[in-house]
Amino acid sequence: MTLTADRPVRTVRPDKPRGGGRQGREALLLMLPALVPVLVFSVGPLLYGIFLAFTDARSGRNSVTSFVGLSNFGDLLSDGDFWASFRIGMIWAVSVTVLQFLASLGLALLLNQDMRFRGFARVLAMVPWAMPPVVIGLMWRLVYHPDAGILNGMLGTEIDWLNDFSIALPAVIVVGIWTGMPQTTVVLLAGLQGVPKELYEAVEVDGAGTWRKFWSITLPQLRPVIVAITSLDFVWNINQFGLVYVLTQGGPGGQTRLPMLFAYEEAFRYGFFGYAATLGVAIVIVVLAVLGVYLWRQMREAS
Amino acid sequence: MGKALRYLALACYIVFLAFPLVWLLSTALKTPQELASLHPTWIPRAPTLTNFTDAFGEQDLVGSGMRSLVVAVASSVLTVILAMPAAYALARYRSLVNRIAIGWVLVSQVFPFILIIIPLFMVLRRLDLVNTLPGLTVVHVTFTLPFALWMLQGYVRAVPRELEEAAAVDGAGRIRSLVSVVAPLLAPGVVATLLFAFISSWNEFLFALIVLKDPDVATLPLTLVKFTGAEGVVRLGPLAAASLLATIPSLLFFAVIQRRLKSGLMAGAVKG
Repeated sequence: MTLTADRPVRTVRPDKPRGGGRQGREALLLMLPALVPVLVFSVGPLLYGIFLAFTDARSGRNSVTSFVGLSNFGDLLSDGDFWASFRIGMIWAVSVTVLQFLASLGLALLLNQDMRFRGFARVLAMVPWAMPPVVIGLMWRLVYHPDAGILNGMLGTEIDWLNDFSIALPAVIVVGIWTGMPQTTVVLLAGLQGVPKELYEAVEVDGAGTWRKFWSITLPQLRPVIVAITSLDFVWNINQFGLVYVLTQGGPGGQTRLPMLFAYEEAFRYGFFGYAATLGVAIVIVVLAVLGVYLWRQMREAS
Repeated sequence: MGKALRYLALACYIVFLAFPLVWLLSTALKTPQELASLHPTWIPRAPTLTNFTDAFGEQDLVGSGMRSLVVAVASSVLTVILAMPAAYALARYRSLVNRIAIGWVLVSQVFPFILIIIPLFMVLRRLDLVNTLPGLTVVHVTFTLPFALWMLQGYVRAVPRELEEAAAVDGAGRIRSLVSVVAPLLAPGVVATLLFAFISSWNEFLFALIVLKDPDVATLPLTLVKFTGAEGVVRLGPLAAASLLATIPSLLFFAVIQRRLKSGLMAGAVKG
């Protein structure tokens, strides 16, 4: 890991691990200023948040919170609104992750070739990354606006994209893809540039064509990068909140109410802190279930 | 693939990526009359800057911009001050604490915000920090710290250890060599990390939404959303203008930092 990979770097080897001795104490001392706020404001709250999932904590009455065991989980499993939002969350996370990956792979392959306008496209591909997420949401609201939006203007339609029950989710998914493409493209581009040229030269001798080279060299070489970025994208997407909140606030009629919007409403609109925390734990379980297999395989390959 | 086909594909990407931006700019430059017409056009017929001035009149852009600025400066400076020694330890020592710190950097990327923000909100309420800028600053510091730590330790690693050893031979203590040898070499990395933390805070919406309930303390992202109107009145022109203005710091940051961010992100993702 280095943030300055563009210029040659002399790596300095850290000292050999030496148990708890002087090394450990010095390191601990230096880390203290960062460790204390992290423990107080994030590790602590996280653990407490997991604990809350097993309580009936409510907004404004934290003193009489009582332990309720798994009953929140039972409520969650029989809550139709939760399942609706879970379904929407999975559709959202899977389709954004997959489509964004495919689109980004295509773009990265193009940008990796010697083409005119390549520099321009590279800069442009980065722009969504540089924009505040709220502005991205507002900008797309302007694009999707039923009267003054350019989409209806171009298509000659009169669709209220973000308020139409059957169109709102796909419309929001497009924004998700647009927003996440820069990161994924940059990572894939970096991966492509790491593929040794000799591999291509070797199969060119055997007369391999473009597709053959793609399937038997590019894709296998990119595999670790692909696994890493799609896993991360999935986690980010299932935890998405701000973008969709700005676009639709979960509407119309809950059609775009992702799990985190559901949890936000339960916690900060209705005051069910414990129940919202339960949903958070449920999402962690899903994430681990989906990624666990990948992570386990990665770890086994690494060792 | 044919050459023409490749250019066609590239053109499609450019259009997909650019058209919302062009539309944002176009909307910002249109007159209210033109925005009200039912046949939207790409190029404003009578370009005007009044939306930009109107934006200031309609919402508290100056006030909320100042609040965003204060929170972003405070949280980025605090983040770097807190992360600096830890980053040094992370790069130069190897101990159990290091492994735990790295673990936390990774874990913090995976957990749903709701699990942390509810208890954090309860803590802030106990401390009377809800609806205050210090409260939001604390939250921002907590959430930028892991990645800032990650960035900084990369920069520390890039400083040759021999330089410190040479200083030690000359009789300088660890602190002394840190201040007079390592610190100057780290300056660009510190600036990059500061900018990263600044922009994270400047752009941040969700925590501001939860911590700052009172409209009088709203930060810029919260104020931008108000242009969409709680009463159903959407002021498109000023909304677009204000959005463009709010993006300027991020764009500047991006122009300065993009090469470093790229390599950092890619290393992070590959290790992810």
